[in-house]
Amino acid sequence: MADTVATATPARTGNKPRSSQSGRKWLIIASFLLPALVVLGALVVYPIVFTAIRSLYDRSGDEFVGWQNYVTMFTNDTTFTAIKNNVLWVLVAPAACTILGLIFAVLLEKLRWKAAFRLIIFMPMAISMLAAGVIFRSMFQENPQLGTVNAALVAVDSVFSDAANYPGANPRPDVGIAAEGGIIASESEVAAGEQQNFPLVAIRQDDVPESAVQAAPAPDVGEDALSGTVWLDVVPGGGGTNGEISEGKRGLPGIRVDAVAADGSIAGSATTEDDGTYVIEGLDPGQPYRVALPASNFGEGFQGVSWLSSTFINAVVILSYIWIWAGFAMVMIASGLSAMDRSLQEAARMDGANEWRVFTRITAPLLAPVLLVVFVTLIINVLKIFDLVYVIPPGTSKPAANVIAVEMWTQSFGGGNDYGLGSALAILLLILVLPSMILNIRRFREERRS
Amino acid sequence: MKKNGFRSFVAGLTVVSVALLGACSNGDAQEEATPGATEATTEPTGGETTEGEGTEGEGAGDWGDFSGETLNVVAAWSGAEQANFEEVLAGFEEATGATVNYESFGDNGPTFIQGRLEGGNPPNVAIVGQPALMQQLATNGDILPLSEDVLATVNENYSQSWLDLGTVDGEVYGVWFKAANKSTMWYNNDIWSEAGADPAAAAEWEGFLEQLGLIRDAGYAGISIGADVGWPLTDWFENVYLRTAGPEMYDQLTNHEIPWTDPSVQEALEVLAQLWGTDLVQEGGGQRTFSESVTEVFGSAPAAGTVYEGDFVAGNIADDGNSTVGENALFFDFPSINGSAPAVVGGGDVAIQFTDDEATSAFMKYLASPDSASIWVPNGGLTSPNNGVDTSLYPDDISRQIAEALTGAEAFRFDMSDLTPSAFGGTQGQGFWQEMITFYENPSDIQGTMERLEAAAVSAYQ
Repeated sequence: MADTVATATPARTGNKPRSSQSGRKWLIIASFLLPALVVLGALVVYPIVFTAIRSLYDRSGDEFVGWQNYVTMFTNDTTFTAIKNNVLWVLVAPAACTILGLIFAVLLEKLRWKAAFRLIIFMPMAISMLAAGVIFRSMFQENPQLGTVNAALVAVDSVFSDAANYPGANPRPDVGIAAEGGIIASESEVAAGEQQNFPLVAIRQDDVPESAVQAAPAPDVGEDALSGTVWLDVVPGGGGTNGEISEGKRGLPGIRVDAVAADGSIAGSATTEDDGTYVIEGLDPGQPYRVALPASNFGEGFQGVSWLSSTFINAVVILSYIWIWAGFAMVMIASGLSAMDRSLQEAARMDGANEWRVFTRITAPLLAPVLLVVFVTLIINVLKIFDLVYVIPPGTSKPAANVIAVEMWTQSFGGGNDYGLGSALAILLLILVLPSMILNIRRFREERRS
Repeated sequence: MKKNGFRSFVAGLTVVSVALLGACSNGDAQEEATPGATEATTEPTGGETTEGEGTEGEGAGDWGDFSGETLNVVAAWSGAEQANFEEVLAGFEEATGATVNYESFGDNGPTFIQGRLEGGNPPNVAIVGQPALMQQLATNGDILPLSEDVLATVNENYSQSWLDLGTVDGEVYGVWFKAANKSTMWYNNDIWSEAGADPAAAAEWEGFLEQLGLIRDAGYAGISIGADVGWPLTDWFENVYLRTAGPEMYDQLTNHEIPWTDPSVQEALEVLAQLWGTDLVQEGGGQRTFSESVTEVFGSAPAAGTVYEGDFVAGNIADDGNSTVGENALFFDFPSINGSAPAVVGGGDVAIQFTDDEATSAFMKYLASPDSASIWVPNGGLTSPNNGVDTSLYPDDISRQIAEALTGAEAFRFDMSDLTPSAFGGTQGQGFWQEMITFYENPSDIQGTMERLEAAAVSAYQ
């Protein structure tokens, strides 16, 4: 408005009044702009300038170190991992959110209860990032008793595989038996007619079947058979000699015992009785056999995947981000869709284009401006990701999941007390965000012009 | 002027008070006469104190008469702890007639005290949990060294370790009022007795490992470790190091006077590696929080027999509610290694004095005497480092055992990670904490762990 007033002023006015008038004009402009400038200066410009200067000083701020903090940033393992992870985030998360959002938006268009479905998909946006982090952390716990995901996987697995009777059992060391690949077997070969005992440990007294009774020495058998006892080599409350049957040690019933011939074939097998004894009959007299308790007795089954370990941690954290932000992308794109002129699609359909062609050739190009806004917004958002990365990873995988914002916080406030390096990381973040900001500003300008 | 008038008034009242005043004042004229006076009075006062134990508030003569004076005391305690401490304060009020106001600063000790100092309104006495804060205040001259009279009481009641901990540049500034014992190994007695393991045999490291082996044979994990964050692991290391390297080396390592690549560090890590990474430890420790590790041992479906941490584990067990401290939840001291003497790693709260007047000094003396702690101890929640406190006052066997381990230790050392720069000893994902997690995951990499610890220490101690 001030502009129009100024140009409308007759050019004939004398020099003096003109300058005083323009002075007044500037005063008015300044008085209107000043509050905003002061606030912007104090809250935006000053902190940025100060951070930039601070990043050139050392930990305490007393000594000028030049670019040292920036060099440290890229040479130090922890900070460099953080930078690499940020790159991974930028590559994966915004694209995944936008694509998922687009799919949801387009598909839900056709649904009857679209408002309800949209609400459900958008709901995670209403949850604070911190709470979402806690939810994902507990969902992906390794222990199937605690983590939902592993509990589901283990439940599915247990449908297809039989549970072992004595999961996790071990042989008593130094008594001639050894465990290998889940199989517990005699270390040396045993000739038919002899005995092979199996004192086992690491089975809880509660896990021994009710029917089990005091272990008994195996009966003597003929030349064509092998016998022995499988027992729990622990006396409740302690006592007894390791590796020997003694009062209070119970036999382990229901264990399959195989006699493996020299050529690797199973020559015979038996199952232990309530007192732990077994007899394998029908063997060749005098032949050597290895006696083995197969792994099916002891297998612990599928124990779930260690989702929160350094291998998968980035995937889990990014997944949680997508869970939250796909809803945002969907709502933005859906609003773009509803504002769209449908006549083009109709025309294409009339001309015989199938739905896929309509989508790729007409809907998607028309949506491009909205998609770009969503994508750029998400890139900025992803660059400064903090909460999820701070909450989800357990201690062991924290270094693997580190990102710049978390590292910046840790270095300056989380105990590192190195405001120099922290400031340098903050400046790096600012520089990374700048291109997307410039892109956004340009787009706004173009929109205004058109 | 007023003060002088008050002084002479008190002096007329009791002989003890006169001597007390003489000892406490820093006046030039009195200084020469002070030593004699102190010696003459400390003994009778001490004698009276022991005799008067249990009959608190017997006479104002014990601490002096400070009717009309007001003391401001600040500490972190709130809730039940505050109520108990206020009882202690009431004991002093009753004995002296002074008014003692208590204010809790919660978690913001350093900020709160700095704020009060800058406002020119420091409290008379503060009780803080950070030795570093005491050191900083002493170096800045904000707090006063203990007067000779108070020092005599401290000397009488505390072991050398506690005196050293309260000393800055050769002068004693602090009276330790509350202590924490972080050398306690908690075990589920149901599991230990089922496995036939004997806590008495675990007093020594090899025997300890053998007992854990018995528990493993019985189908439980020997010990559960929560390695999700680093602090339980640094406490493990500190306990082992204090035993293998001794208290002097411990101090040197704390101050980074010896590097983390020192052979003594290697020895301690080797001892830890005898346990960590073996099948004695419950699997999945890297993703288990500390409180989950307590639940693994004392929860409704216990899967491990033992868990290590400080005396506060009793609180975790009580919160969980499936085991009872003193019945099936018991503890023994952290095992001795290679015949090391009883040693305790721990923490505590130290009382420091900001103002130079008789009432404050008398209050410090009261805190240093067994009388003050004896009021709180029977209520539970206080472990006193004061040797003069009768251990029969503790409300139950467990707290008595904790206190006896503490006062009976030949070496007491403050938690090392609390004494090092926070960039090294107190930051998640970095330094001491993170390197111990990495070492827990891969206990064979002793050399690499030492080098990374040293690198982290070098940058943090700059």
